Amino acid sequence: MRVTLSIPAITAALLLSAAAASAEQITFVSQGGAYQEAQTKAILDPVAKLLGITINQDSSPDAWPVLKTQTATGKPIWDVIDTPTKDCIRGGEQGMIEKLDFSRLPNAAEIPADYKTAYSVPYEFYSSVLAFNKQKYGENGPKSWVDFWDVKKFPGTRALRSHPMATLEAALLADGVPADKLYPLDVDRAFKKLEQLKPHVTVWWTSGAQSAQLLADGEIDMEMAWNGRVTAVIKEGAPIGYTFNQGFLQETSLCILKGAPNLDTSYKFLNAAISADIQANFPAYIDYGPGNPAAYKTGKISPERAAQMPSSPENAAKQVLISVAWWSSPAGEEAQKRWASFIQK
Amino acid sequence: MSMSSVNPSLAHQRRERRLVLLLLAPALAVVGGLLIVPLCWLAWQSVRQDGGFTLAHYARFLTDDVYWMTFLQTFRMAFIVTAAALILGYPVAYVAAGASRRWSLFILAMVVLPFWTSVLVRAYAWLILLQRRGLVNTALTELGLVDTPLTLVNNEFGTIVATVHILLPFMVLPLYATMQKIPPELTMAGSSLGGTPLHVFMRVFLPLSLPGVVAGMVLVFVLTLGFYITPELLGGGRTYMVSMLVSRNIEVYNEWGAASSISVVLLACVFFIFRLASFVIPFERIMGAR
Repeated sequence: MRVTLSIPAITAALLLSAAAASAEQITFVSQGGAYQEAQTKAILDPVAKLLGITINQDSSPDAWPVLKTQTATGKPIWDVIDTPTKDCIRGGEQGMIEKLDFSRLPNAAEIPADYKTAYSVPYEFYSSVLAFNKQKYGENGPKSWVDFWDVKKFPGTRALRSHPMATLEAALLADGVPADKLYPLDVDRAFKKLEQLKPHVTVWWTSGAQSAQLLADGEIDMEMAWNGRVTAVIKEGAPIGYTFNQGFLQETSLCILKGAPNLDTSYKFLNAAISADIQANFPAYIDYGPGNPAAYKTGKISPERAAQMPSSPENAAKQVLISVAWWSSPAGEEAQKRWASFIQK
Repeated sequence: MSMSSVNPSLAHQRRERRLVLLLLAPALAVVGGLLIVPLCWLAWQSVRQDGGFTLAHYARFLTDDVYWMTFLQTFRMAFIVTAAALILGYPVAYVAAGASRRWSLFILAMVVLPFWTSVLVRAYAWLILLQRRGLVNTALTELGLVDTPLTLVNNEFGTIVATVHILLPFMVLPLYATMQKIPPELTMAGSSLGGTPLHVFMRVFLPLSLPGVVAGMVLVFVLTLGFYITPELLGGGRTYMVSMLVSRNIEVYNEWGAASSISVVLLACVFFIFRLASFVIPFERIMGAR
């Protein structure tokens, strides 16, 4: 077969590819599902439009193993990831995540210092809250972890996540440790307190879907669950109440891979994605709160909606911010390993 | 025999062998590429850490009591499930083997039918039946048989019920295959010689059905060892099986080496069980149940 190409056609093709190369782009990775769809509308599309860049998306429910293999080659494909802050920190310590130059992120200035790390900026907040069955307890449901542990005053079936993070904190609050004195966690004391409740825990749940199922079916009367899962069950009409009081505020963060192919654009993206105006879009699409609290001052979020958001200043004040730094420390890793034997015995 | 008369047939044999090998090549490639290579990689990974050789992942079996406790729990579950499946499955297979052709087909269809429903769906079905406000408990409380709902699920009991349900065909089918081949004349002869039905069953039928019993037990036992979805969904987070230890090591702790070593040990256990069983009944018969 003979292939003929005219000179204008070749020139056009060359021009097109040059244009494609000059348009700035990044590859952004999140955890997939409804969550990634929501943020595409809330954050990614507006940022792409604002900066005139192309945002290629990829998703990975657990980015950590991929992060390890990608950076091992020294030539990663991903630029920016949305992942639990812990991954950003340990990734940074192992030379896989870029140490952030905050002078290139002016919008980070309005974010509280304890939401940021050397390697990450907060993206969205969720909370582990105490949810309960209103049919069982009426409006006087359990309101604190002291109540949750009080099996006499609040009889009923209970569920907790089969994971030490937030669970150990709850045990310590139930044991009377003041919220501002939690860290570093007294792990022995926490496990001791958990042993007390263990015979009364019907289910140690392992997935968010399961925690929602337990509430919806009336299988359990109270549990610690993620606020987004709880509100989803309430929307379906189940008689469930919850409180942000003594909830545990946790965030996923944005961080940049070491050796990212589009470092400059990645910085531009990060700065725009955490701006108050863009962050204020989150509540319209999903029950997770903006990572930048200044978003609540933009007027884009109604007071009613703010009341449902884990990171609104009012709700944040009632909660405990999980210390990812502690959980990433050797003591935190040790506590996680101890969990398996606690459950097993 | 002279050389000239042997050679052509030898050449023919060799040609035939080559042809068989060629025909087998796709199957061998699939087994090699998708099973042998990953298994070798798994074994390799279980002795590596930070780029060096290590036995640390195996040492945990001696030092970390979670490991051997999980194996103990898993084997305990496997024993209970196997026993329950045998007690439930033997009479079914017995009736099916003795019934008319139409009835035995019907019974076997009933046994095999749930097989085509996914394990996940069946686990959720049991959840709906057994949970606190599930069908069983609602019926029991409304009939006034119990005051407070029974705890039927989110524990070991619920896990065992669902696992037995899922694995019952693996018990019934080998049993049926064996029983069907027991000549009815033998039991008739036993009766005509004055044996009571129980005596004939114990002395004639039961011993002859033992190969099927062993085959069914080995299959159910080994399959239970690797169960994941049922204990995960119905165990309430407390029925901790080996498969869950593997998944937690990867999901929560990112310990690929540890996860690999557990898998290798479990695989070794399975090989050992098959080896033991093969003293009683050849491996091909377990799988083929002939």
